[in-house]
Amino acid sequence: MSELRILSPTAILGYGFPLASFQAGLERDPHVIAVDAGSTDPGPYYLGAGKSFTGRAPVKRDLQYLIAAALERGIPLIIGTAGGSGAKPHVDWNVEIVREVLQELNATAKVAVIYSDVDRELLRQELSRGRIQPLGPVSHLTEEEIMASSQIVAQMGLEPIMQALEEGAQIIVAGRAYDPTVFAALPVMQGYDLALALHMGKILECAAIAATPGSGSDCLFGYLRSDSFVLEALNPERSCTKLSVAAHTLYEKSDPYSLPGPGGRLDLRQTTFEELPGGKVKVSGTQFIPTEKYFLKLEGARLVGYRTISIAGVRDPIMISQIDEIISAVKARVADNFQDLRDYHLHVHCYGKNGVMGSLEPYGQPSHELGLVIEAVAPTQDIADTICGFFRSTLLHYGYPGRKSTAGNLAFPYSPSDTSTGAVYKFNIYHLLEVDDPKSLFTISIGEE
Amino acid sequence: MRYVKDVASVIRSKNAGPYELTFDLMFPDAETYDQVRHAITKEKIASLYQIEESQVLSIVHFAPAHAVKITIERPRASGDLGETDVYGAQQHAPLFDLTY
Repeated sequence: MSELRILSPTAILGYGFPLASFQAGLERDPHVIAVDAGSTDPGPYYLGAGKSFTGRAPVKRDLQYLIAAALERGIPLIIGTAGGSGAKPHVDWNVEIVREVLQELNATAKVAVIYSDVDRELLRQELSRGRIQPLGPVSHLTEEEIMASSQIVAQMGLEPIMQALEEGAQIIVAGRAYDPTVFAALPVMQGYDLALALHMGKILECAAIAATPGSGSDCLFGYLRSDSFVLEALNPERSCTKLSVAAHTLYEKSDPYSLPGPGGRLDLRQTTFEELPGGKVKVSGTQFIPTEKYFLKLEGARLVGYRTISIAGVRDPIMISQIDEIISAVKARVADNFQDLRDYHLHVHCYGKNGVMGSLEPYGQPSHELGLVIEAVAPTQDIADTICGFFRSTLLHYGYPGRKSTAGNLAFPYSPSDTSTGAVYKFNIYHLLEVDDPKSLFTISIGEE
Repeated sequence: MRYVKDVASVIRSKNAGPYELTFDLMFPDAETYDQVRHAITKEKIASLYQIEESQVLSIVHFAPAHAVKITIERPRASGDLGETDVYGAQQHAPLFDLTY
């Protein structure tokens, strides 16, 4: 056991990479190419609606190079959180692109598909057995929320991916997966240290974001050894520094010393970062602390309605000085006019005042012009259109105290002024599920494609 | 009294999962980090963001990156009705008023 080398081509499958960096990675003779394809960052819509937040064309572009290189070298290609959120529609979307690329390359490969969708009935039983708990500042889960979810996924650990590798898969398309697993599965199978493999995966999953200058669309290379790992940027314009790698450990998490995942947590209190010549950084000392019981993270989203928006500007200083009162008065007019419609959400984002920070905004003094985004969310698109349109037309001609501009209150950049934006989802499950077997929730199917 | 923004090299905000908002303040060297880090308190953060101290979930000092990490409860889960910043990437500006 001397060294295991991993090529991480890009931060998210579909974000792209320079071919020169990718070639430099291949010249270093990697044992595996692995890429994370997902994130909860783009919000609940993508999980709930079963849609990818990355486009088909950029995902296919990346896969063309990754699949060709992996097959030519006889090394596995592992994709985690396929399709962005990792539920069945996302995974199937990604598998379809893999198939298309294989056909175009006139190649065949043993492809493993790992689904991470969780059965609602099973969750109901686990809830009644007390095996589900909130993760962070989240409410307790209820049966109603389970049944209302449009998609529910569990975040897999290493075990299902290791099984697919053991069965000889050349390409693995995994559903929702803990980000480091696609990088750590092969080395852990070969006996490398679990803590170092996971910590290296934690950094490789964002590829060159951990280098300086950082980039989400460039490669990063990892060398795992028995007592440490080394990271190297493959683009001569970037390098890994002690600070860039340590700083990345902070990214998108609440405590850099303790990084929880399936089955345990990484403990970084003894971790050291050391700069090596040639823009590389060596990391050692990280520990893995297993939890007594094995927990999987659950993520779910449910439909809350349909949205219509209208964008308008305000430049009149008298109107701007009373904007909050005017918006409240027009909302009251809408409620009065549609007394049988109560079940809607009507909100005005007021850019130039507190549009970015809402309740967290400490200033809130309006600028000389305001950008309003009027949004209505309602049980049907038709009701959302009605509420948004009525608010917009009432605001346009509303006679506020002291008004001098009597021809109209709003500047619309567009005709039509309103846009129906469709279904709206919310995250409704963000919980931990206790399991006896880390693999039992995940179904693996392997076939020649 | 000096402003933290004048000595920090990075001031940023981002979601840490859909229910938490996390802020990173990074300093160029260990000396500056040591001068400033103890001045960043839950009380000051709560006051800047007009939230309860209990909603400031943690303040962690991370020496390897000369960084102080602050995590608060999100006003709502990312993408919930009323959302203003799905990624949480533009919630850091009040930290420019932080003093030490």
